[in-house]
Amino acid sequence: MSIFVNKDTKVVVQGITGKEGQFHTRQCVAYGTQVVAGVTPGKGGQKMDEVPVFHTVAEAKSATGADCSLIFVPPPFAAAAIMEAVDAGIELIVAITEGIPVLDMMKVKNYLKSSRTRLIGPNCPGIITPGECKVGIMPAPIHKPGGPIGVVSRSGTLTYEVVHQLTGQNIGQTTCIGIGGDPVNGTNFIDCLSAFQADPQTKGIVMVGEIGGGAEEEAAAYIAKNVTKPVIGFIAGLTAPPGRRMGHAGAIISGKSGTAQGKIDAMGAAGIHVCKDLGRLGELSKEVFKGLY
Amino acid sequence: MKIHEYQAKTLFERFGVPIPKGAVAFSVEEAQKVAATLGGFPVVVKAQIHAGGRGKGGGVQLARSMDEVASVAGRILGMTLVTHQTGPQGRLVKKVLVEQGLNIAKELYLSIIADRASAQIVIMASEAGGMDIEAVAEQTPEKIIKVYINPLTGIQSYHCLQAAYGLKLPDAAIKPMTQMLNNLYKLFVSYDASLVEINPLVLTAEQTLLALDAKINFDDNALFRHKDLADFRDLDEEDPLEIEASKFNLNYINLDGNVGNMVNGAGLAMATMDIIKLAGARPANFLDVGGGANAEMVENGFRIILSDPNVKGILINIFGGILRCDVLAEGVVKAAQKTGIKVPVVVRMEGTNVEQGRKILADSGLNLTGAVDLKDAAKKVAQIVGA
Repeated sequence: MSIFVNKDTKVVVQGITGKEGQFHTRQCVAYGTQVVAGVTPGKGGQKMDEVPVFHTVAEAKSATGADCSLIFVPPPFAAAAIMEAVDAGIELIVAITEGIPVLDMMKVKNYLKSSRTRLIGPNCPGIITPGECKVGIMPAPIHKPGGPIGVVSRSGTLTYEVVHQLTGQNIGQTTCIGIGGDPVNGTNFIDCLSAFQADPQTKGIVMVGEIGGGAEEEAAAYIAKNVTKPVIGFIAGLTAPPGRRMGHAGAIISGKSGTAQGKIDAMGAAGIHVCKDLGRLGELSKEVFKGLY
Repeated sequence: MKIHEYQAKTLFERFGVPIPKGAVAFSVEEAQKVAATLGGFPVVVKAQIHAGGRGKGGGVQLARSMDEVASVAGRILGMTLVTHQTGPQGRLVKKVLVEQGLNIAKELYLSIIADRASAQIVIMASEAGGMDIEAVAEQTPEKIIKVYINPLTGIQSYHCLQAAYGLKLPDAAIKPMTQMLNNLYKLFVSYDASLVEINPLVLTAEQTLLALDAKINFDDNALFRHKDLADFRDLDEEDPLEIEASKFNLNYINLDGNVGNMVNGAGLAMATMDIIKLAGARPANFLDVGGGANAEMVENGFRIILSDPNVKGILINIFGGILRCDVLAEGVVKAAQKTGIKVPVVVRMEGTNVEQGRKILADSGLNLTGAVDLKDAAKKVAQIVGA
């Protein structure tokens, strides 16, 4: 078991003929992901390696039965690309694109409410169920298939660091999700936590947050009430100065809200095992998840 | 992106949002010239810097005569203004806004913000104008009116009426208020603002509404479709090293610590800063070279860190994914050969092509300290700076 993606997931890549689209499509295919179609307007009928390319997502879906879209479309056109996938009836959209205007994403978020589509991202590394399916840009070899730990994070490379340390302790992962560093995103911590809680193969969870917004505080409150599996939490940005955007569009302390300390306190109060030293996350996982892997 | 009050008021005027008469001045003479066009005294002289709390710091003063304009403007221009938002080092004031004085009956608060949690555009209004709105929100939240607008459908007249009647405005001011809100909303969405704030919005004795102050922040992600905003950028308000970094699309923030660091990915970069602190030192910067960095970007990033005189040691922490370790290593070697390394450098690399990357560094003959993992890196940094 796993959450959101598995070996049966059929992926269409929007923006497949661009530099990043090509590179990462090949990486996903090499990992065993079923990439069944690509979309680049004006290039329908061509092929990217063995993958057939279509003008539109609707065409790609009806021809191949794709149920998941991976988006590499540049920021000015990314919101429209997401809505195109929603209208085509794609069930899961993974948007990698960084730098989408906030107002565009606010419109997308409201548009999603009238559909059954799940959006992961944008500005994220994507999602991987190790050994089965990779829909994203994360380096595959650091993952260890078979579970039992689920990982959810707002970051990219910080997630790789966490996964690398888990694997280094011989602790495998069920699914690892980057929900993205933008202020307005699709799937949030709570969506992932509830899916991990419901997934029988997932026995424990690592949650990685950062400064900005209140998503970690809400997730902590949710965990206290609804999650019975052990959770390790890490928050980046204790040394971040207030009022400055720390790389990620969403990583900013506004006034007194969004601080790392506030999030760490909320996690501690919710019974989450807070990792204070990222260098020791692997060792902490060994203690907390003892007997589960 | 932030802009000055006088620039925000230019946009207000263009969108039909009423503002007091006035203009910006860069010298005492100019300030007097502006004052002469305002039709009488008193006038107000306001320091123009990218920070709030200017009034409390002495950056906003009244002048009742032309002589007072000269003395007040002379005092403010060239002063180092310290407010709760500038930090203790303050900001040098290089320009002032000179405006007509108003006959104020009531001060109100009004803003439009992009609310990340609800994904809606929110009008915030309060009768408690002219005060720190965060303090109002904390102490008397019932005094703040919030009206949520779905960005797909946009502002409707009932949204405006909720805010206008909520503020208990006199009948004569209801229509001007709804017009103002419509215009502010139009400004907000057409320029991808993240915040438009008027504090205070004043109701004059003549029952007209005027934006006495004006603050606009823009979404950096959307600047590509608002090329005209580039004219509003004020390099005097930015850190020189940050300006240099922005030329190479590097996410760099200058901090006051002693350990420089270069990382790929914003989350890992923040976590690396935290690790430096945990090791007993202080981060000198935030630098995310990004996922798609090339050797040239790495080289420039490294050069910028090296040019900070406070830096006593450097930690490079790269988790190779899209950015391959060999590319990183090449950039570091090039920068080091060009600028020379005067401080110890600890390199921790992991991920794609890590072996090639380590080989490039080892063969370079440079004096670099390798670290096997984060824990090891932190320890070595601490040793270097003597923490």
